[in-house]
Amino acid sequence: MSIEPSETPPKVLLLRSILWGSVFVAIAGVAIFSALEMYLGNGSKTVRYSGEADIRSEFSLTDHTGQEMTQADYADRWQLVFFGFTHCPDICPTTLAYMSGVLDLLGDDADQVAPIFITVDPERDTVPVMAEYVSVFHPSLIGLTGTEAQVAEAARNFRTWYERTENDSAPDGYFMAHGGYIYLMQPSGEFEAVYQEGGQPPEVLAQEIRKKL
Amino acid sequence: MKITTLATALTFWPFFASADVTISDGWARASILASRPAAAYLTLTSDQVDQLVAITTPIAGNVTIHAVETSDDGVSRMVEVDALDLPAGEPVTLAPGGMHLMLMGLSEKLEEGTELPLTMTFASGVRMEVSVPVLGPGAVGPQE
Repeated sequence: MSIEPSETPPKVLLLRSILWGSVFVAIAGVAIFSALEMYLGNGSKTVRYSGEADIRSEFSLTDHTGQEMTQADYADRWQLVFFGFTHCPDICPTTLAYMSGVLDLLGDDADQVAPIFITVDPERDTVPVMAEYVSVFHPSLIGLTGTEAQVAEAARNFRTWYERTENDSAPDGYFMAHGGYIYLMQPSGEFEAVYQEGGQPPEVLAQEIRKKL
Repeated sequence: MKITTLATALTFWPFFASADVTISDGWARASILASRPAAAYLTLTSDQVDQLVAITTPIAGNVTIHAVETSDDGVSRMVEVDALDLPAGEPVTLAPGGMHLMLMGLSEKLEEGTELPLTMTFASGVRMEVSVPVLGPGAVGPQE
């Protein structure tokens, strides 16, 4: 097998310190900015940053029915969000099937949760593609796509990551690599918790979500 | 673990009959949309040290073995495995979210309820033909 045991070379350590450094600078920047904004009388909207997990649901995308949507359109519900793409053979269908299982287990309480699948491959995952794809998993699953810039912005706000990998044998010559996390977001769009499909059986996640509703 | 030896396991070379590989819990996920890569899963148990080196199927241009490698920062990437090590007597499981067979260049969609034929070649020279059931797009494990 071609999997090498992972070690941590000094370069990575350096990179890590730089990354943490920038996280700190970013948080400090946001704090100063919001303080300034409030001081200058622009703070009529209450913005709260936790700093601890600056993951927030903030996006402007198009849903699988062709409607322009932002996080505000789901403000009456909690959000269960997963980033993936429809050419993904393993993790994406597995995770979406898992999320669907969780929704079924929630029964009537599922009305209080918006299950959202955001593509990281908007070039191929157009509105009709998303519509056909999400309908296979769950009737309430929402597929979101947009321009490359809109998707990049959504991913940035969720602090998630994706990357295009060129591969000659792949369909259209590329694969997308992406973080495989499921985000549970509060109706306000603020971060609540993060899960992975393999982390717990669907019953456990359903129970955990039900307690929070 | 449920051992359902799925369909026919044919040894083409009786000379190597001593190298015995059992294949169980095999399944593939139905295609949701056309011209998408598909995934198939199974458990391999070899009674001696061996390697799975090639997989073919008449309905896909190529089949590769993929593992998921998660880096320290939590990013998962698929990595292609050229030869899958099979330790003696120890089951090696390909399951959702972990290792899988990836089928590319499908000539047709994988339809739920059909069977996917696979020919597997091992380093020992053993060649096996199995066919695994195609389960629904929302399936997450082998059939009960």
